[in-house]
Amino acid sequence: MELAAAKMIGAGLACIALAGAGNGIGIVFGNYLSGALRNPGAASSQTTNLLLGFALCEATGLYGLVIALIILFT
Amino acid sequence: MAMSPMEQFEVKPIVPLHLGGYDVSFTNQSLFMCLVVAAVTLFFALAVSRPKLVPGKMQSMGEISYEFVANMIRSTSGDAGLVFFPFVFTIFFFVLFSNFLGLIPGAFTVTSQIVVTFALAALVICTVVLVGFARHGFGFLKLFVPKAPWYILWLLVPIEVISFLTRLVSLSVRLFANMLAGHTMLQVFAGFVVALGAAGLLAPLAVAPMLMIVFIGALEMLVAFLQAYVFAVLTCIYLNEALHLHDHH
Repeated sequence: MELAAAKMIGAGLACIALAGAGNGIGIVFGNYLSGALRNPGAASSQTTNLLLGFALCEATGLYGLVIALIILFT
Repeated sequence: MAMSPMEQFEVKPIVPLHLGGYDVSFTNQSLFMCLVVAAVTLFFALAVSRPKLVPGKMQSMGEISYEFVANMIRSTSGDAGLVFFPFVFTIFFFVLFSNFLGLIPGAFTVTSQIVVTFALAALVICTVVLVGFARHGFGFLKLFVPKAPWYILWLLVPIEVISFLTRLVSLSVRLFANMLAGHTMLQVFAGFVVALGAAGLLAPLAVAPMLMIVFIGALEMLVAFLQAYVFAVLTCIYLNEALHLHDHH
């Protein structure tokens, strides 16, 4: 029983990684928006970098989630 | 209800087959890979079946896809990168179609298996290394030596080597984790609907997770496209490094 409980707690702890991902995505889009409002002409040329930054940020959080899922389901 | 959210990722053999001690069964994974390839082929076959000067609906979709990938390569690695157009195009559309095909309820998501994404990422990294050595010979190794004073280089070179090798892991795990997490989330919310629907008086509340599934489904559509896009863009960026080393295009 302790093992099952420890697994649950561990999975929950692993999900804390998602907080960082949320933070990062907020920073990416927030900074893009403030930059885009200052210089709307250059905004469309930076969408590649925007999406790239978003995906890279999101992935770091998902690593934590994958670890949580591995802990729970193996 | 009692179904585990991970059950959908289970690879089940359809035609069991063993060759020389190896399990080479035709699985639902293989079936959906074939379906993905068939879907991509059908899409582009229809797009170019009756080419006209003024494109119709299907033809313009094909042309837009071509332009989209071509622009992606041009903006990241310049015109020299267009040599790799077929490679990037194939990878992009394989990943895109397997992501989208996986979103159909009941379908199997090919890219939710790490073996598939890892193989794709390994293909990309091997291509990068081969192209780098073919283009620059042993000069390719300069990629791992940044411009820095010698007393810091002994620290930087191992870091560069490790960061190059970690791309293999990050490229594959990013796609795999996104697909896995998205589909698990959908399944978990579907479980909420079933649980609430069987809860007697609380049954009308089941509409809430149902709506949530619709929203997450829409988000998953975005993620499916975005992950294919990111995979392809990162492939271009890595190829660009192999083509031009550190000097800019």
